[in-house]
Amino acid sequence: MRNLTRTVAMGLALAALGLAGTASAATQAELMKLHRGGTLELISSSSEGTIDPQVNYTAEYWQLYQGVYDGLVTFAKGEGADGNKIVPDLATESPAAEDGGKTYVFHLRKGIKFSNGQEVTVNDVYASFVRIFKVKGPTAGTFYNGIVGADACLQNPDTCSLKDGIVVDPKADTVTFHLTAPDPEFFDKLAVPHASILPADSPMTDVGTKPLPGTGPYMFKSYAPNQELIMVRNPNFKQWSEAAQPDGFPDEIDYKFGLTTDASVTAVENGQADWMFDSPPTDRLSEIGTKYASQVHVSPLTAFYYLAMNVNLAPFDNQKVRQAVNYAIDRNALVNLFGGKVLAQPACTILPPGFPGYEAHCDYTKDPGTKWTAPDLAKAKELVKESGTAGQKVTVIVEDKAVDRNIGTYVQSVLNEIGYDASVKAISANIQFTYIQNTNNKVQISLSDWYQDYPAASDFLNVLLSCASFHPGSDSSINISGFCDKKVDADMAQAMSTAITDPAAANKEWAKIDQEVMVAAPMAPLFNPKRVDFVSKRLGNFVFSNQNQFIPELAWVK
Amino acid sequence: MVDTFSETLSEQAAADIAAEVISRPGRGPWATAFRRLRRDRAAMVALGVLVLILVACALAPLYAHLAGTDPFRPNLDGSITLNGQSVDVMQPSTTGLGLGVTPIGPTWTLHYLLGADSQGRDVAARLLYGGQTSLFIAGMATVICLVLATLVGVVAGFFGGWVDTVLSRILDVLWAFPIYLLAISLSIVLLNTTLHIGPIALTSDSLALPIAIVGVIYIPYVARPIRGQVLTLRHSEFVLAAVGLGIPAWRILWRDILPNVTTTLIVFVPILMALNIVTESALSFLAIGVQPPNASWGTIIGDGEALLYTRPMVALAPGLAIVLTVLALNVLGDGVRDALDPRTKIR
Repeated sequence: MRNLTRTVAMGLALAALGLAGTASAATQAELMKLHRGGTLELISSSSEGTIDPQVNYTAEYWQLYQGVYDGLVTFAKGEGADGNKIVPDLATESPAAEDGGKTYVFHLRKGIKFSNGQEVTVNDVYASFVRIFKVKGPTAGTFYNGIVGADACLQNPDTCSLKDGIVVDPKADTVTFHLTAPDPEFFDKLAVPHASILPADSPMTDVGTKPLPGTGPYMFKSYAPNQELIMVRNPNFKQWSEAAQPDGFPDEIDYKFGLTTDASVTAVENGQADWMFDSPPTDRLSEIGTKYASQVHVSPLTAFYYLAMNVNLAPFDNQKVRQAVNYAIDRNALVNLFGGKVLAQPACTILPPGFPGYEAHCDYTKDPGTKWTAPDLAKAKELVKESGTAGQKVTVIVEDKAVDRNIGTYVQSVLNEIGYDASVKAISANIQFTYIQNTNNKVQISLSDWYQDYPAASDFLNVLLSCASFHPGSDSSINISGFCDKKVDADMAQAMSTAITDPAAANKEWAKIDQEVMVAAPMAPLFNPKRVDFVSKRLGNFVFSNQNQFIPELAWVK
Repeated sequence: MVDTFSETLSEQAAADIAAEVISRPGRGPWATAFRRLRRDRAAMVALGVLVLILVACALAPLYAHLAGTDPFRPNLDGSITLNGQSVDVMQPSTTGLGLGVTPIGPTWTLHYLLGADSQGRDVAARLLYGGQTSLFIAGMATVICLVLATLVGVVAGFFGGWVDTVLSRILDVLWAFPIYLLAISLSIVLLNTTLHIGPIALTSDSLALPIAIVGVIYIPYVARPIRGQVLTLRHSEFVLAAVGLGIPAWRILWRDILPNVTTTLIVFVPILMALNIVTESALSFLAIGVQPPNASWGTIIGDGEALLYTRPMVALAPGLAIVLTVLALNVLGDGVRDALDPRTKIR
């Protein structure tokens, strides 16, 4: 109670000073005096595999890496869209591009130490980037393939050398990156956890459950995937940038695994846990939104749920059929299945609202314009009739989660209504995502979702729909629709090129590409979800960044 | 058949049976068993419950027609008139932060008697249609299981030797095989292929898949006692005499062995039905049995799992239906066993 009073008082003081968002350095010191300490208890239904920051590619652990590892640059630890800003981290500043956008020279900060006591050097930076290739990081071929020498590293990871691509000068503490071509998203790619700087003597294999030293305010103490992950303070941490890597409030962060989502909600209600990773189950939403409203945070996500239609397989190899599906889907019904209007909004475009390149536009609705209003079943049926595909068998593949199963069943009914013989198959969430990517499985239509890796239009359009993202026969073919249009590819390349010099103009180009792709309709955007974070009564200073969502180390429990 | 067991009967039991036979001249063992069954009140109540459930399930289309509902089609935007007022089937929360959408609860009227599921479908209608599916699968699986188990048990027990060894080991393997793993594997394999077993084509959404799985897995459960019984019969005097007279094996099996294991098979019918209903429900709950939009009691429980806090009736109703049916089948099974067992009177 006393802590709460003090917190409210401090909040009022902040508001009076007009210091909304991240507190100033002086304020942070004051808050530290008041709230530093305690153990933050987090829970999740399951762990997410390896703890290696250069291998793990899950939102659950990317959240934790924020407080453990640093890159040369990073996303600011800020509220909402502030979290999309890139700020210098281990580098003293974000350097200007040289050589027409193909060279960047970073200056390394001095005096920063890893949690094992070793000082961070430029050699660690070089070794970390080589390690991305040697551990066969999941984004090695997509994020870091533009570094000179990366092609050879991708071919032969074990003998990887980036001597020509990354030149270090220990005396000047500089790291120079040479790229094969200008990359407007280079800083975004350096800011994600896969580009974390690790000690040069780190194993060149996935470390699995053995944590690697980092430079952030916390370090991983132990990790048992079936039980818990414990983070304690890094004894060698000294804050160098509040925006990039502020000190954390809790002394310890314990992350427990294995509770069901229902049990997690109850644990948070009872104060046995401070935050749950999983979204609360839909039948508990009403309860927590009513009885525990002050402990609920609803935040928009830069993400979308969509139906991926295989453009190389009947009946979706026919553009009219894909358009028909887009016309027929009642987005409001799906919003209801997801939890209601507070938790989602109908989507018409691939880029989510508020995202770079987003422009409100909706073709596939009763009254085409800027927003979706109602399905147009008559138009859908007409298109199916014109396509001559009515009566064909169609199977919808979804994950076996309750919400996804419900969406799948609804989509099945819509497909039946417009003339197909549809069935729906729910398969384990562990395999569905890779299953629907592999063309050998002959998936016709599937439910999927996509969340931003970093705030750039290409992270949606180029990643999900470029020819380069389509790998027939592979489990790793994120272009699930198999859409490959040379003109769209060329337009996307042009937009990325424009972004180097004129991001605003590039965003306009991306908006056009978004609309252009939607005419071909390789997918049916369904809705943009929102995130529900349910926290304990004692948890204060909940900060939600658009990039990494909840920032655990900025929350206090004391 | 009485001869087979008479050696093990006490004098009192034998006297009881003799008295019963004398008092009812001309009544055969089947009529006697039926008469005993009719006297068993618990079994008769169970039979009544089963008949009620069967009739209710058979009348599913009539209920759906009267209620004006399509149990296989989502109704996310629909509304009904309740007490003169229009009520949404899917009701967005209007309190607090307005999170969540809850399906309408039981109205105890013809429309949405037991409420709606997360797709806005009438739970009562789905319960009745689901019962049809569950009982059909359990019934078909029981027939398959009994036929195959009898074949294996009789052949293994009668011929013995290497035939018995091979068949018994196959039963061991089948008994040890994890059924749910088998079901999950099959459902994944069949996602984009069709499995052809002779004239039968199995696809992932075919009812033949859960029927085949459920029908096969309990074969050892039935085949083993049959085999044991046949092993005993094989050395009984009337079989030895038939063998000695040179009567062909198939005829001995058909005329002498099979009639003597029939009562055992009949006892197994309700027990297997009960087991199969539960197994089918478990498979469907795990989304590897009956596929949407079809319903079975298991799939409805699966649908209701996500509504346990707000609309427990969705899971409760099919759960109760399963409990009632299985309980009734077990009680009836006990009654049938007692009726067919000549030793019953002394227990």
